[in-house]
Amino acid sequence: MFGTVAAGTKWSDATWTPSLALDLEGGTQLILTPKTEDGDPITSDQVNEAIRIIRQRVDASGVAEAEITSQGGQNIVVALPGSPSEETLDLVRRSAQMRFRPVLVEAGPGQIDPAQLAAAQEQATDPSAVDPGAVDPGTVDPTDTATDPATDPATEETTEPAADGVVRGTVGTTGTEVTTPPSEEPTEEPAEEPTATSYTQEEIEAAAMTASDTNGDGVLSDEPTAEPTSASDQAWITEQLTYDFYMLDCTDPANLVGGGGDDPDAPLVACADDGTAKYILGPMEIAGTEISSASSGLQVTESGTVTNDYVVNIEFTSEGGEKFATVTERLASPEQQANGTNRFAMVLDGLVISAPSVTEKIPSGEAQISGSSANPFTRDQATALANQLNFGALPITFEVQSEEQISATLGTEQLERGLLAGLIGLILVVIYSLIQYRGLAVVTVASLVVAGSLVYGVIAMLSWVQGYRLSLPGVAGLIVAIGITADSFIVYFERIRDEVREGRRLDAAVEEGWKRARRTILASDAVNLLAAIVLYFLAVGGVRGFAFTLGLTTIIDLIVVMLFTHPMVQLLTRTKFFGEGHRLSGLDPEHLGATVSAYKGRGRFRSAEERMSIAERRRRDAEVAAESAASPEPAEDSPDDPGGSADESVTSATAKDGEK
Amino acid sequence: MANFAKFGNELYSGKRSFDIVGHRRRWFAIAIGLIVLSGLLVGIRGINPGIEFRGGSEFTVSGTSNPDPQLAQDALAEVNSEQVARVTTVGSSAIRVQTEELTDTETSELADLLAEAYDVPAGDVTSSFVGPSWGADVTAKAVQGLVIFLVLVTLVMALYFRRWSMAIAALIALLHDLVITIGLYAGVGFEVTPATVIGFLTILGYSLYDTVVVFDKVRENTEGVLDQTRYTYAEAANLAVNQTLVRSINTSVVGLLPVASILFVGAFLLGAGTLRDIALALFIGMLFSTLSSIFIATPMEVVLRQRDPKIAAHTAKVLELRERRVAEAEEVGLSADEVLAGSRAGGLVAGRHLGQGAQPRRRAKR
Repeated sequence: MFGTVAAGTKWSDATWTPSLALDLEGGTQLILTPKTEDGDPITSDQVNEAIRIIRQRVDASGVAEAEITSQGGQNIVVALPGSPSEETLDLVRRSAQMRFRPVLVEAGPGQIDPAQLAAAQEQATDPSAVDPGAVDPGTVDPTDTATDPATDPATEETTEPAADGVVRGTVGTTGTEVTTPPSEEPTEEPAEEPTATSYTQEEIEAAAMTASDTNGDGVLSDEPTAEPTSASDQAWITEQLTYDFYMLDCTDPANLVGGGGDDPDAPLVACADDGTAKYILGPMEIAGTEISSASSGLQVTESGTVTNDYVVNIEFTSEGGEKFATVTERLASPEQQANGTNRFAMVLDGLVISAPSVTEKIPSGEAQISGSSANPFTRDQATALANQLNFGALPITFEVQSEEQISATLGTEQLERGLLAGLIGLILVVIYSLIQYRGLAVVTVASLVVAGSLVYGVIAMLSWVQGYRLSLPGVAGLIVAIGITADSFIVYFERIRDEVREGRRLDAAVEEGWKRARRTILASDAVNLLAAIVLYFLAVGGVRGFAFTLGLTTIIDLIVVMLFTHPMVQLLTRTKFFGEGHRLSGLDPEHLGATVSAYKGRGRFRSAEERMSIAERRRRDAEVAAESAASPEPAEDSPDDPGGSADESVTSATAKDGEK
Repeated sequence: MANFAKFGNELYSGKRSFDIVGHRRRWFAIAIGLIVLSGLLVGIRGINPGIEFRGGSEFTVSGTSNPDPQLAQDALAEVNSEQVARVTTVGSSAIRVQTEELTDTETSELADLLAEAYDVPAGDVTSSFVGPSWGADVTAKAVQGLVIFLVLVTLVMALYFRRWSMAIAALIALLHDLVITIGLYAGVGFEVTPATVIGFLTILGYSLYDTVVVFDKVRENTEGVLDQTRYTYAEAANLAVNQTLVRSINTSVVGLLPVASILFVGAFLLGAGTLRDIALALFIGMLFSTLSSIFIATPMEVVLRQRDPKIAAHTAKVLELRERRVAEAEEVGLSADEVLAGSRAGGLVAGRHLGQGAQPRRRAKR
């Protein structure tokens, strides 16, 4: 085990110290309870999807090592190290919405490339006459790798948005496969030459300005040039929007934060959630709440045969179905088909999760999304998309249950003091067992050390493999475990002593005592383990960390007692010191009051005199002789003084025992 | 500790014996008294809920040289004049300010004011917010866990000991421990936080653990108790308690030492916090668990077992035989004590043939 961790430290990112939970390391912890608007119960799928969304937001906002977990299947715990900004916290607390918007323009993820723009301007006779929707986006078309300074031409295919597919009605499906994104203009041909030069932000801004300022007045207008007639109308694209679009860099993770907050009635510039494309989208057409359900599965054709392609089936509510029919009718119209804007985007939390094209009107309120022929859905992709759609169908808001900031200094202090407490406890236990068990205390201490290092190793390994974090209640659990582990040894030693008291020889006593102690240890540890397991699965928060360490130490306690303590005691009884019951060994038979059996047989018992060993009798006689010699008067038979015996030495106390 | 070992020897052999089972009425009366008292304390004084159960905002200012509560009150008055803060000193240089729920802007405002008032950098003021239902959620989960655990553990114990009486007696002892611990919390007026609830839950495990060890000895001693006439069931159980008494004392001392050190470190060096909350609950609970495994669990088990007609008949038979023997002895002129003392010798579990193991060891040839 330690070898594994050692290997981990060398070749992977394992460390020798276990990672610490927030209450020890310092940071901010938010506990959120997801709530649906209509108070429906929340499924675990939805909680997982909510966690995914929060994780995307947090990861994209650049917070490292955030830990987002569900707790008890209901609450979501977001643990952020350090003291995150108010914006980050807001981001976490915000709810996520899903909206369907028509795609007006799509392009590769990078910012506008000034060189390419210049080339385009050279080619075009009148740049200012270029319509932003029809031509300009072509210069940043996804198939054009030159727009992305960071990528080389080899990635040409992969930059094509993967989420694109076809949406069809589930009944009567025909229609061509995915349509290509906006047509490639001849103007971009010269730009195909590799331009790996990177540009300064100013140059890019200037280029974006030139490209988007269509009327050449130097001011970015926020007003559409004409009143848009439908959500798919290119007139939605204002100069400002074009500028934003050119400037948006979807390869930068900071732009994949999402976070919603988009105005449903306004057009939107958005990235694909995987950062492979960016879009100008029209206003919302259908809200996510109008989806009644979504599922994924293999495609079933009209004839009822099952193909090998994975698809996502969406079912709308009756109202949503009507809207969807209207939208698809418009999108499937010949003119939309012709200019390539027959697609709608599903926007979840401000990011486009899928943008399929529509080839026909879908009146039934049931639609099917399939992957493009070049890039079919995998099963996981289809499931993920269906989950996202279901999440959009029931938007959940987060109620903040608790928000806690722990300063790093306070956490460190708590950990140091906790460890100090553990050390003091351990020393006290060692001292006590030395007094009680003398030589056997060596076994206790060695076993505790073995148990301690095993626990440490397991925790270090778990924090590497499983991402386990040690929390303050966990530390408390470990400290309590010292006592419970030591108890196993006490039960064992007491049983051995009992057997010695019965008059067994030491090695026999160890075997016999072990047999009986094992039963007790197994039974009591089973109870402990049961408690730990029940608490772990049912409890929330700190209780869990506590239950985990309790269960872990119980198992390790068993292992140590079985595989270390008992064999060690067996070995020690072969040594002279322990095996012959030295006074300090803790197994001294006289000290333990081992006597000749009181039972003689046939219902008769030995008298006290008979039960004394020869040595005891001699010693008694010597004492009597000494006393009679010391005192002028003849001494009584024996100094029968039970009260006084308490302060005397071991041997004389035992001698008197025998006489009583 | 020679005396302690001797004490153990005498307890083991039955030379010295505390009649724990015989005085069961006394222990039950004390236990009932304590439980009633705990009930009254909880009823009258009530449990002091921590911020996790009340809901509200909490600020911790660490590293200040002047932990004066009034400064916090003044700062709060500036932000929200209607509220009164609960201010506690944590350790020597930190204070904790608890208020009712504040809005986000009020929270950051108060944090700044506190940093200013106590002359610490803004990073040393941390704030937390707890919704009122959070603690209740934890408790609801804990209670759910408790019930499931109790059902499971009753089954496990009933299977292991093959007797319902032991499982039930262990449960009664457990409830006794929990009620008294909660009562003490109400009495002392310590805050009940989720950490305290963790402590309570651990008592469950520990109390049962302790009782199982004692009951295992009782089971061993009372195996085949019906086949002999020297001891009644109650006496055999009492001997078991006495025989494990040294273990119980050692175990509880060893178990309590680390907890006491957490409590000490928590209470005196850290002030209010998770460690102290857990440690106090554990300390009280473990102490009472040990006591109840001796004074409540076994006597209760004997009471339950004596309802069994077989055991009752056996007890009557043993007592009758004993009376007859005493009467016979008195006729001869011996005192009753001598006769009875003789009958208490020897272990209860018969030895078995050890075979070769009983032979002297041969010296290793060199």
